[in-house]
Amino acid sequence: MDISNLLKICIKALLNNKMRCFLTMLGIIIGVASVIAMLAIGNGSKQSIRSEIGSMGSNMIMVSPGNGRFGGVRQSGSSMQTLKLEDYESIVLQSSYVDKITPTVNASGQAIKGANNTPTTIYGVNEQYLDIRGYEIASGSCFTETDILHASKVCIAGATVVNELFPDGTDPLGQTIRFNQIPMKIIGVLEAKGYNSMGMDQDDLLIAPYTTVQKRILAINYIQGITCSALSEEYSDQAIDEITKILQTNHNIRVGQENDFNVRSQQEMMETLSSVMDMLTMLLAAVAGISLIVGGIGIMNIMYVSVTERTREIGLRMSIGAKGRQIMLQFLIESIIISVAGGVIGVLLGIAASKVIALFGTNTAVSTFSIVLSFLVCVFTGVFFGWYPARKAANLNPIDALRYE
Amino acid sequence: MNEIIRLDQIKREFHVGDEVVRALRGVSFTISEGEFVTIMGTSGSGKSTLLNILGCLDVPTSGEYYLDGVSVREMSKNDRATLRNRKIGFIFQNYNLLPKTTSIENVELPLMYNRDVSHAERRDRAIKALQEVGLGDRLTHRSNQLSGGQMQRVAIARALVNNPVIILADEATGNLDSRTSYEVLALFQRLHRDGRTIIFVTHNPELAAFSSRTITLRDGRVISDVRNEHLESAEQVLASLPKEED
Repeated sequence: MDISNLLKICIKALLNNKMRCFLTMLGIIIGVASVIAMLAIGNGSKQSIRSEIGSMGSNMIMVSPGNGRFGGVRQSGSSMQTLKLEDYESIVLQSSYVDKITPTVNASGQAIKGANNTPTTIYGVNEQYLDIRGYEIASGSCFTETDILHASKVCIAGATVVNELFPDGTDPLGQTIRFNQIPMKIIGVLEAKGYNSMGMDQDDLLIAPYTTVQKRILAINYIQGITCSALSEEYSDQAIDEITKILQTNHNIRVGQENDFNVRSQQEMMETLSSVMDMLTMLLAAVAGISLIVGGIGIMNIMYVSVTERTREIGLRMSIGAKGRQIMLQFLIESIIISVAGGVIGVLLGIAASKVIALFGTNTAVSTFSIVLSFLVCVFTGVFFGWYPARKAANLNPIDALRYE
Repeated sequence: MNEIIRLDQIKREFHVGDEVVRALRGVSFTISEGEFVTIMGTSGSGKSTLLNILGCLDVPTSGEYYLDGVSVREMSKNDRATLRNRKIGFIFQNYNLLPKTTSIENVELPLMYNRDVSHAERRDRAIKALQEVGLGDRLTHRSNQLSGGQMQRVAIARALVNNPVIILADEATGNLDSRTSYEVLALFQRLHRDGRTIIFVTHNPELAAFSSRTITLRDGRVISDVRNEHLESAEQVLASLPKEED
């Protein structure tokens, strides 16, 4: 018999049982749609985390002092005093992959204005820091090289600090606040950036010339870190290598010796976070996959019932000349039609669901991978779970089948 | 006359547990083209088993069965399926029509399993077969919209559509009231007059009078095989029945 005849027979049989057919499909539809929607949510959150890290400056590279020994006692990196301003200067002079660069020192303390005060952190940097971190100045201006040279007592305030110190809405520009007893004049206010993906308030800070923080607040002559940006994201690996080499030379570190500094890029952080998100996505997919399997068992159930219910019909078909193989094919094709049709509807529904979820504010991204995966799983389910009942039908004895009540 | 069926010492045994049930204990007869044979017997006489063997649904334990000159015993399952498709028309007591399916689709069904028949030819032959049984005006009625007699006539059309060498009817009037029974019998007689070969299996002795030959089975053996000289006409019986009050 032609496949086209067989298809006609199958479609007719399915149309005769529209409701049952639809209910069976529903299992597959929900399974496929949920796999796609879940993976879309997973991918979407991964993307939004990526873009958030990107907004922090995705090509940002941070140099910090590494673990070292201080008279035989190992010290944590933050207490080391190995990074000097000369390191910063030699990177500025020698590197070719670094775009913007700033030394960093920071101090925590209490910012006070009149009766209001708030704990915050003051970042001592140069004027390029704003570009590296992606901060914008909302009003006022940034400090200048002259300010750095003179260690001027000026600062730029983040929105959170402004709100805490000037709750009545006074214009903070030109006002003098005190940070750890040092009077500082606010010459600029930052555009609010909000919280980053790790829940840190990016507006709770003061930015001042690094010389000011070094000399007036911390009274130190080393620096705590160097923050720079690579020319672009692709160059960040080269930039890291370059900086590492420059610092190794500066610090007289021989081959095989442990570095007394760390160079890290946002790229690495992004990869770590991505792998966490991948795990979450797989978890979601696994849950959705289970519902797909349940849908498959639904198909098997229905096909099995359908074989039993249509035993007489199978007997008749055999008595008028259908071969066992043709009966088997008929039932197999029926289950494949159900699962493929369910799969197609499920894919469409899954995409639609992802779009609807996106409307509610959760970032979603439908991936081709998830569509292909869920569709293949669902075709496989159709064949696999349709095969057993189909074989049962094919092996029926026509005499028994005809007399079946 | 062409010999359509030749049975030679057909035996069929079933094993039920340790017991051996001998359903047929050596049945031999031949049926020629154009005969209308009634096979009669009470339940347990082996007539169902014989019908299954005649219809190539079952194979004898021993003995030879030639259908249209071909030995069936040695055939594979698939070959027997093809044989059923090309040479045999089945009619059942309970019609066995596909539910929710139009007459024409029901009649087309055997041809669906024959790849030599094109779509157009299939439809043509189905319509002709339905016209032959007097259902030319019921082509697109679904099986649940038909009366019992009409359903059985669709089933007869389905048995005719592949132009079989033999039509096997198993208690074909068993589910019908007496009036429609005679209508169906009259149809069989007309097909017989047109030269069809028909085997009619029944337990009802009254129906034997309408066929040209009666084979009676008891306990798996043929106990009588007689030609019927005075063929009764089902149409005349039908005419003599009191008119139905509508």
